[in-house]
Order: sequence, then structure tokens, then C-alpha cells
Amino acid sequence: MQGIYNVMDALLPFAIFRYSFMKNALLALLFLTPLLALLGTMAVNKRMAFFSDALGHSALAGVGIGVLLGLSNVTVILVLFGVCWAILITRINRTGGSSSDTTISVFSSAGIALGLLILSGSGKYNRYSSILVGDILAITPTDILCLGIALAVGLALWVLLYNKLLLTAINPQLAQSRGIPTKAVEYGFVILVAVAVMLSIRWVGVLLINALLILPAAAARNIARSAAQHALYSVIISLLSGITGLCVSVPLGTSVGAAVVLCAAVCYALSLLLARILRVRLQA
Amino acid sequence: MSQTPYPYDPTHRHDHLHSSHCGLCRIELDHISVIAQGETLLQDVNLHLHCGQLTALVGPNGAGKTTLVKALLSQIPHTGTVRHMDDQERVLRSVRTGYVPQQLPFDKQMPVTVTDFLAASLTRRPVWLGVSKRTRQEVQSALSLAQAEHLQNRMLGQLSGGELQRVLLAMALTPTPDLLILDEPVSGVDQNGLALFLDTVDQLKRKHHLAILLISHDWALVRQYADEMVLINKTVLCEGAPETVFACDTFREAFPAAAKEVE
Repeated sequence: MQGIYNVMDALLPFAIFRYSFMKNALLALLFLTPLLALLGTMAVNKRMAFFSDALGHSALAGVGIGVLLGLSNVTVILVLFGVCWAILITRINRTGGSSSDTTISVFSSAGIALGLLILSGSGKYNRYSSILVGDILAITPTDILCLGIALAVGLALWVLLYNKLLLTAINPQLAQSRGIPTKAVEYGFVILVAVAVMLSIRWVGVLLINALLILPAAAARNIARSAAQHALYSVIISLLSGITGLCVSVPLGTSVGAAVVLCAAVCYALSLLLARILRVRLQA
Repeated sequence: MSQTPYPYDPTHRHDHLHSSHCGLCRIELDHISVIAQGETLLQDVNLHLHCGQLTALVGPNGAGKTTLVKALLSQIPHTGTVRHMDDQERVLRSVRTGYVPQQLPFDKQMPVTVTDFLAASLTRRPVWLGVSKRTRQEVQSALSLAQAEHLQNRMLGQLSGGELQRVLLAMALTPTPDLLILDEPVSGVDQNGLALFLDTVDQLKRKHHLAILLISHDWALVRQYADEMVLINKTVLCEGAPETVFACDTFREAFPAAAKEVE
């Protein structure tokens, strides 16, 4: 770790990065944001913004269950719970019944309610309220290592899944005719999103995680004209927002997650403007 | 029916492009039945689809045309077999099916180019990492089969109905299928574009000896382009050259207006 810090000191000769918690937070953001931004491109294409929102909210229930079981480290239970929740929502949506936004809304509310019920009942609600906004400044080198491994595994799966997922997102029947196991591919994707969201939630927070997944990809989509541009712009926007948010919020003493998301929102606004300008120029 | 897994094997395609005679080779549908939720959708369909021939599949609404296509694509469970026979009466390993859907409902705003779309179906390398030079060439040669090279850098959502149909044809033809299924390639395309599309299909049929199954109710087009015609309603009612089928009693019953028209 000290080696990495030394490299960072050389690369970032700024006063605020003298503190190791700042270096840790920066590293964590460098690991977290690109994966979320890449997964986000597909979540936006597949119109799943509301789904990932429900998934994020269900983290409260995950934490609650972890507390009930008396676990000190709730990450494993969070991930397991998130994966089950994601599979359940997807399964119910696939088999029909009510419209998907209704189903998702039910799951979202149920997740929050279950979490609040358990946490308020156990009297430890205040201890766990930080999960709502997250605290990236508290991240430790071990956590960062875990995030790094998760990023590597996540990227590898993303490489394997992407083309099949893209064809499925464009049209499932066509993808099926090309021999793609569309059902397996879709479940693979929601599981990947669930794991990424749950691993990030302690640092980014229940209320803000979905913005980090959706905003960079949505902004990138406004200006991208190909799949590669979509991915590239999304990653650039998320990194830019992550670093800017961190550098702005710490001196001001405000929430890092909130600042990061606000930066991404500004990027989204700019992308709308840019898309408009590009369209006008194309027409001229 | 077994389906060869994608991504495609270039050697297979190469063989195909150079197999010169396959007038006798065919795809045999043998006793195909589909029963879903207690309802018989198809009963004992026996059909031969010959290579180098375009077979038009017709039938009233609910006759099971789409069900037959789904069975051929292994998208729904069915009984009976689908075999690919060569001209020596040997059974070949599998039937590779190319499918051009009737419509492609998709999100038109999606930032995906024609090249991305085809590359995603041809390679494992994820297209968000960019498309390699080699894949680009493969995409180009696929598009050239459907006379659509000029579309490669366009966004998928900005194509017209006819252009999209050509891109879908290019995809269905790569790797070269044994059987090409065209599901009502009429909707969303103007008459001129449709004739152009079927001219391309006709040339491909001659060049690559494809077996083609066309679902269409455009009788003039069927008469012009089909070598064989099959009327189904749950099962095969009448088959033969288009003129023969047009004269069938079962055809007159199913399409009284059309029967008058073709006379």
C-alpha cells in the first residue's frame, strides 16, 4: 500500500491528497465508478433505471438481515440478498402479472420497509443510518483491495457477456435465433449489477448509488453514436465526476457521494446541451 | 433440431460458398407437431425445403406459420425432427438457420451502429472495446451480401425500414445458413424496396443454393419469386408450384378473395 501511496504522492502533488484517507477514497472511486459506468450503459439501454433503484433501496433490508443474524461484516449478506432480490424481481417480471414498474415499485418499498422495521426494532438504527449516504472517506486498504478484485472479476464477466447482452437488449427474439441463451444472459446481467451495487453501497449510499450507475451512462448516451463511444464517454464522465466530487466536497466538509452525483448531474445537463448543438450542426 | 452454436466457424461458410450442386439437398421436416397448453398448434407437418428454392409459406391467421418458424428456430418445444440431407441422401450434422424477423422493435435511441450490431453477433470481443479491423472486414463482407455496405457506419435506430431489413438479411446470412427464413418482409417497406430486397434474396438463392422459407401474403410476389408454395392450417393442406396451390380447393376456401384475384 505504501508503494501505491508514494506513486500517488508523486502524481498528485496537491495538499488535500497528503492525507491517506483521501488517497484511499480516490483509489476506491477509481475502482468503483468505471465498473458502475460500464454496467450503467446497458442498464440505460435496457431501461432498467428503476430496477437498479429498487435494488439499491433493498440494501437496507440486506443490512437489517445481517444485523438480525448478528454479523459484524454485513457485506456478504448484502451481496447475497441483493442477488436474490434481483433474481426475484426479474423472475416476476418475466412471468408477467402486473406491469414491470409496478412490480419494481412493490419490491422497492418492501425492501425499504423491511430494512427500517428490523433496524428500528433492534434500536441500532442510528448506527446504520450511514448506509443511506455512504462514507467513502472511511474506506480501508483491505476494502480497496476487495473492490479492486471485484472490479477485475466484474470487468471479465462484462467482457464475456456484453455482445450477447447487446443483441438481447436490441431484440430478444432475434438474439434467440442467433443461438444466444437470452434468459441466462439477462440473469447474468442482473446478478452482476446486484453484486456491483451491493459492494459499492457502503461507500456511496443507498440514496445515491443508482445515480452513479445511471447518470454517467445516460449523459454519455446523449452524445454517443456507437457502443464504444457510449462506454468510453460514460467512464470518462464517471471518473471526472468522482474525482471532482471528492476534491470539492472534502474541503467544504460535505458528503462525497452527494458531490459526486451532483457533478454527474451537471455532466448530464451539459450532454443535453451538447447533443442539441450536435444535432443543429448535423442538420445545417 | 440441433443448432450449431455461434460465433461462427469460417470454414463452414467457406465450404458452403463453394458447394456447387445441391439441387437434391434439402431440409426435411418430419412429423412436426406443436402442442402448447393443451392446444394443438401444429399437427404432423411434413415438408421438404429444397436448397436453391424459395418456398412460400401461406395460411390464414392463426394457421401456425409463426409457430412453425419458432419450431424451426428451436424457440418452442416440438415433436418430430428437422433433418438436413445432402444430395447423397446422407444426414448432415445440423441445420443452421438464418432468420429475418418481420419487425424489429427496439429502442431507436440506442447508440449502436450497424457495425456494432453485426460485430456483436460475429465475435466474442465486446464491441464496447471497439471493433477490430478484421471484424470490420467481416462485417463489410456480410453487408455486401445484402448490398448494404454503405450502411456500416450508420446508427441502427436511424435506418429506414428497408435499410434495416437489409442489415437483418446480412446478419441472417452470416454465417451462411442452410435455411433462410424471411418472416413477412413486407411490413414497413415500400413496394419498390421490397422488390429490390427480394431480387437480392433471389440472387443469393442462385449463388449459394440456399433453402429459403418465405412467409408472405403478397400473392403477386409469391407468384414471381416462389419456386414452391405450401398452404398450412395446423397441418399441410396443399403444396406444389404456386400455380398448383392457387388452384387448390383448400386455397380457394382459405383465401376466396385472393383466389379470384390470382385467376
